[in-house]
Amino acid sequence: MADASYTSTPQDYDTQLGDYFALMKPRVMSLVVFTALVGLLAAPVAVNPVVAFCSILFIAIGAGASGALNMWWDADIDGVMQRTAKRPIPSGRVPAGEALSLGIALSGLSVMMLGLAANLLAAALLAFTIFFYAVIYSMWLKRATPQNIVIGGAAGAFPPVIGWVVATGSASLEAWLMFALIFMWTPPHFWALALFMKSDYNDADVPMLTVTHGRKVTRLHILGYTGLLALLAVGTGLSAVGGPLYLAVAVIFNALFLKGAVEIWCRDEVQAEADGYAVEKKVFRLSLWYLFAHFGAILIEAMMRPFGLGGW
Amino acid sequence: MTFRPEHELHTRRRGRNVGVGLLLGGFVVLVLALTVAKVTSGDFELPKAEELSQ
Repeated sequence: MADASYTSTPQDYDTQLGDYFALMKPRVMSLVVFTALVGLLAAPVAVNPVVAFCSILFIAIGAGASGALNMWWDADIDGVMQRTAKRPIPSGRVPAGEALSLGIALSGLSVMMLGLAANLLAAALLAFTIFFYAVIYSMWLKRATPQNIVIGGAAGAFPPVIGWVVATGSASLEAWLMFALIFMWTPPHFWALALFMKSDYNDADVPMLTVTHGRKVTRLHILGYTGLLALLAVGTGLSAVGGPLYLAVAVIFNALFLKGAVEIWCRDEVQAEADGYAVEKKVFRLSLWYLFAHFGAILIEAMMRPFGLGGW
Repeated sequence: MTFRPEHELHTRRRGRNVGVGLLLGGFVVLVLALTVAKVTSGDFELPKAEELSQ
């Protein structure tokens, strides 16, 4: 075929490699890499470093693939939300069909390679996670119920379990405690965001709790979930992945997070608008540090164990 | 013999094509490293000669 038949104008989808990378939600991938690595290293079985590296890489690629599928499906609503309007598909940098192809191809590749690198259970869990995020959350729950974030949060909670399964071949209580930590953390994290990204979800008709039940109810839900999360996070400190350092971190961060949740609950929209949602933004930022601190503490406890330190 | 001049499209997509090439090369290296790690880890055993002959 002559080159002339490929001719396209520069503005027509002159997609660069970075645009494909952006489709994979690199910030979410970094969280997935970190939590999966913690799950893998906290497990009581040592893993060959090359196998560990490959496994984490394929888990990250699987997460990226589900991100691309999510962007393909959500391109219509991403275009109307301020926070997501610059994503590769709504901004016209990547054709939607290419995002779908990339998502499907990388899903298959990552699951197959994780099965070869680690074990079939880890691969099956990764496949389920991709399915859960792309189909159950993106295609079904997100536009159907205000519980979208609550149930959909499970997709983001699987990576440490997969990391643990890579090392041990099975998922024990400690792996599910790490799952529960992310699962319970997700709703207050996203609801804090929804409070200050006020018009986005309204504009896109996404039934976030703020849209369907109002902002006062959302504030109460943040407080309720944060209370349950605190019990779970501190309780995890008494398990095999916990230890004195983790417990100290958990007590401090949960006290701060609870304090923030109470402050959010005590405010109304007039107060929030007056200071530009300062408290909601502060709690959202704190929630990022919260997760990093908990998983960081689990990692340090695991790293200290070979030296007779860490753990109980 | 004359070479056709490079199409403008190739110039525009050079960065992307080089990137894809590097990624594919990296994948090959990764599979090789994984194979070596698996074969030398002790979990992997070649079948015995008598098993093969049966």
